[in-house]
Amino acid sequence: MTLLYLMINGLQIGSIYALVALGYSMVYGIVKLVNFAHGEIIMVGAYSMWYVMSRFSVPAWLAAALSVAICSVLGMFIEKIAYKPLRNSDRLSLLVTAIGVSLLLQNLAQLFFTANPRMFTNIFAGTVTIGERQFSNATTVTIAVSTIIMIGLTLLVKRTKIGKAMRAVSEDKETATLMGINVNNTISFTFALGSGLAAVAAVFYCCSYSQIQPTMGGMLGLKAFVAAVLGGIGSIPGAMIGGLCIGIAESLTKGYISSKLTDAVVFGILIVVLLIKPSGILGRRQNEKV
Amino acid sequence: MLEVRDINVYYGAIHAVKGVSFEVARGEIVTLIGANGAGKSTILKTVSGILRTQGGSISFMGDEISSIDACKLTRMGLSHVPEGRCVFQQLTVEENLEMGGYLRSAAENRRNIERVYDTFPRIRERKRQIAGTLSGGEQQMLALGRSLMSAPRLVMMDEPSMGLAPVLVRQIFDIIKEMNDAGTTILLVEQNARMALSIAHRGYVLETGRIALSADASELLDNDDVRRAYLGG
Repeated sequence: MTLLYLMINGLQIGSIYALVALGYSMVYGIVKLVNFAHGEIIMVGAYSMWYVMSRFSVPAWLAAALSVAICSVLGMFIEKIAYKPLRNSDRLSLLVTAIGVSLLLQNLAQLFFTANPRMFTNIFAGTVTIGERQFSNATTVTIAVSTIIMIGLTLLVKRTKIGKAMRAVSEDKETATLMGINVNNTISFTFALGSGLAAVAAVFYCCSYSQIQPTMGGMLGLKAFVAAVLGGIGSIPGAMIGGLCIGIAESLTKGYISSKLTDAVVFGILIVVLLIKPSGILGRRQNEKV
Repeated sequence: MLEVRDINVYYGAIHAVKGVSFEVARGEIVTLIGANGAGKSTILKTVSGILRTQGGSISFMGDEISSIDACKLTRMGLSHVPEGRCVFQQLTVEENLEMGGYLRSAAENRRNIERVYDTFPRIRERKRQIAGTLSGGEQQMLALGRSLMSAPRLVMMDEPSMGLAPVLVRQIFDIIKEMNDAGTTILLVEQNARMALSIAHRGYVLETGRIALSADASELLDNDDVRRAYLGG
């Protein structure tokens, strides 16, 4: 196992964490909610892809697109029925609601698909040779597509009208309303975007780990959450950096220490961040407005 | 242009605005003066749809607006500069202006941004800067400029002089006067009553949620009660 090999694998799983972490961070930025149901969106993305492909034998790209669409709509729907009515209540109620939604989705999945793991066919089979080493197509496609998505997302948030509106709403909803920005639509859009990214992450994840089950979103979501905190929750570049760092840390732990210790290292990082710099790498210190 | 009839606003059990009626005619500067907590900001927030009145009516350009979504009012030509300026601290100056013209086309925005820069040369110098790094006076200018981006017919301003040095207050009020001369109708809420009355045509004095007095600005400046209560004798 060379360092390069471990780094590339780290970038692969790190890209997946980053895509999920972006959802946590964007949603936190706009409604100040740690959306603990976000991990379950990954699971829904994986199951909808698996179901569509095994049931209707549609081409993989179409199944992936459908899965992204289903997750985006689900994200908006959850926000509308579960979070929006609580927008002005305290944050603890929101958090507990998010945990409730998470349990609901997990149990619904067990009800419909049973708790047995299902096999997921890798849609990016095959390998490519870079230098002297072989990498699976899943690895290269994951890293390449995630990079493109993250660049696109950065441009969307920085340059486009809806991206600027997202930043304005996350800063001050009342003033944003006075500008004529529809705050509800902007929040819906953010949830759709975050959930769509989670579905993309699900597709990549399943192509490398080939098994899906109703509880798969739990650990994956939690690690991505750690990535978001490490990068600075609320920060979009932070989520990307945090995701890649966690992925690489995991991969190096597997290669040089023990694969049994990866979870311990990831959550160890969380503890260290919370102790030393709770606002994360790129997080802003919260200045309460008076 | 704006006709407010008998509005009542509650914060929970607190009756903050009690049957207030007033009107603003085209081309006027009208000011609402009164002490802290008299209900001035509450009235503006109710007109712009952030708070709701129980009963009564608010009509703008002949349309009843008391139950319209707040985010639709800018399109109708009503603009509200909130108390404390509320520029988007983490957006650049130019992005703040673009937000002011959120419902306008990109071409209109480019034109209006130039116009705002002509009115506020200081803002032009700082257009790529993050708004949170501007001084208080510059932020107030940005907030005024941002309100002009929607090409409003009526601008409501909440305490534009708050926290500014006297020389800047003078400057801001000169600008407000210029905006009015250029054809924008203005509803001005101020604690700095002398300054507000010096540029306003008419004024209303608010006391604990009720209109206590209404008259031409010059009359209010001469009124003994007003002088004692709000103008420092």
